[in-house]
Amino acid sequence: MPDATGLELIAQDLREADPGAAIDTVYFRERATLIVSPPSVRTALQRLRERGFGFLASVHGVDYYPEEPRLGVLYELLDMEDGDRLTLKARVHTEEPTIASVVDLFPTANHQEREVYDMFGVVFEGHPDLRRILMPEDYEGYPQRRDFPVGGEPVIFTFNERRTGSYTE
Amino acid sequence: MSASDVSDYRRREESITLAPVDQQVVEAEGQQLELLTINMGPHHPATHGVLRLLVTLEGEVVRDCKPIVGYVHTGIEKTAEDKAYWKAIPVLERMDYLAYYFNAMAFCNAVEVLLDVEVPKRAQYLRVIHLELNRIASHLIWLGTSALDLGAISIFWYCLREREKALDLFEYSSGQRMHTRYIQVGGVFEDIPRGWEAHCRSFIADMVVRADQYAAILDRNEIVLRRLRNIAVVDEQRLLALGVTGPLLRAAGNPWDLRKATPYSSYEDFDFRIPVGTVGDNYDRYRVRLAEIYESCKIVEQALDGLPEGDFITKDRKVALPPRHELGTSMEALIHHFKLVTEGYRVPAGEVYYPIESPRGELGCFVRADGSSKPARVHMRDPSFVNLQALPEMVRDGYVADLIASLAMLDPILGGIDR
Repeated sequence: MPDATGLELIAQDLREADPGAAIDTVYFRERATLIVSPPSVRTALQRLRERGFGFLASVHGVDYYPEEPRLGVLYELLDMEDGDRLTLKARVHTEEPTIASVVDLFPTANHQEREVYDMFGVVFEGHPDLRRILMPEDYEGYPQRRDFPVGGEPVIFTFNERRTGSYTE
Repeated sequence: MSASDVSDYRRREESITLAPVDQQVVEAEGQQLELLTINMGPHHPATHGVLRLLVTLEGEVVRDCKPIVGYVHTGIEKTAEDKAYWKAIPVLERMDYLAYYFNAMAFCNAVEVLLDVEVPKRAQYLRVIHLELNRIASHLIWLGTSALDLGAISIFWYCLREREKALDLFEYSSGQRMHTRYIQVGGVFEDIPRGWEAHCRSFIADMVVRADQYAAILDRNEIVLRRLRNIAVVDEQRLLALGVTGPLLRAAGNPWDLRKATPYSSYEDFDFRIPVGTVGDNYDRYRVRLAEIYESCKIVEQALDGLPEGDFITKDRKVALPPRHELGTSMEALIHHFKLVTEGYRVPAGEVYYPIESPRGELGCFVRADGSSKPARVHMRDPSFVNLQALPEMVRDGYVADLIASLAMLDPILGGIDR
């Protein structure tokens, strides 16, 4: 893991190329997180990839309800040479939840961005096939958001199918 | 999604007929060829779960393959947000149902980092022993079902016979055969019972012999060689770009293993090797996994030899339940017990991503704590979910029969993919 100083050096390096690429840094429990503005995600990831963080381990979403901006997209980067890890985080509002897709830089992001879109409604611009992946294609709502109730949907068994109606209608 | 999109989707779905469709007509020596798109699954015994594959065929050659997942999505990540930390462990264990110890381990490790709790050395060793036994059990299921896909049924029975013994050990130490909830935040649920070590040693001694026997049946088997060698080769760089980890990456020659690269839970104490392949074909994938069984046996043996004395769970009473005998005599223990069982422990606000090496690759658990006694977000980076993206590249321009073999060698667990 890069230490607190190393994280600041990376942040400084990113800031020189693009001021929005490192708004803030968080160093918590020996784990480094870099917070970037949503439009700078691609440039920041590109720059970090050149610095050795060539493996994108995971992309996932978080809902920070009731904080604003509510939605967060996290990119877990890994440097396989040194075994270093770095988290890149971008926060977007629910009104305009768009962020540039990084599928062309990291093909692994394909399914993972689809999952974030499916669960949180973050739209990845430029994604080749942005569809729901785990929920049915015609599902409405984004179930992993914090204001989506648990058990908010009736379970349809054959005996109550007639009564509740199909959820697709 | 607006209402018109929904009806549009319905219209599209209802318009599908079973009549053959001209997709792309290729002229070949005066003949007309057409691509056929067929649906494989979700209910197909060879898809290792409810996986649906939309396969485009040209004759018997696969030209494209699209995995469609989500049929066993049960919202485990959402359910976990509604449970206290220690109550979330059983639901999270049910994600990748062949590697339950690993799911619990990733989650508990992440929570321990958030809480800043030290895990006693004995608990770390006990965890390693159970993790490696679970890796053996998981690989046995993989080997058995893969051999079944290639048409060999006897290997399946042999593998399940050995797996039963591993499950017996789990039952002996925790009371359950699957989804044991053995790994707890701060340590493990109970020390191993008397006599367990001897059973475990005899299982390991037996397992090595059995693995030799599997190798004797399969390694130079004519059918296995013909079906697996030089099939579904994907090079290392492409696998890395696709985020593939675990035995699939190691079969392509990259010795990336989190147990060695960034050791956790005392893995640095053990002497073991990382099997790697050279070509990256299905045969290498088979050999790498089989070799991992031997390495896991070595780790278990060393962990049993070096098992330190001490606590099996942290002494921090704010996290771990007090021992039963203290409840009758100590008021403080009673209060701690009551607090832990009713509300659970509160975890300081923060975010942690904790990766471990599961039988299928990097299993990472992301936990966001908001200071309450329930996690604000739990996400599992499941290796099967990510590795599945490599399937289209593995099977393209191969035979449809090799698709089945490649899928078996990919070893996807749909419970982990859909969560």
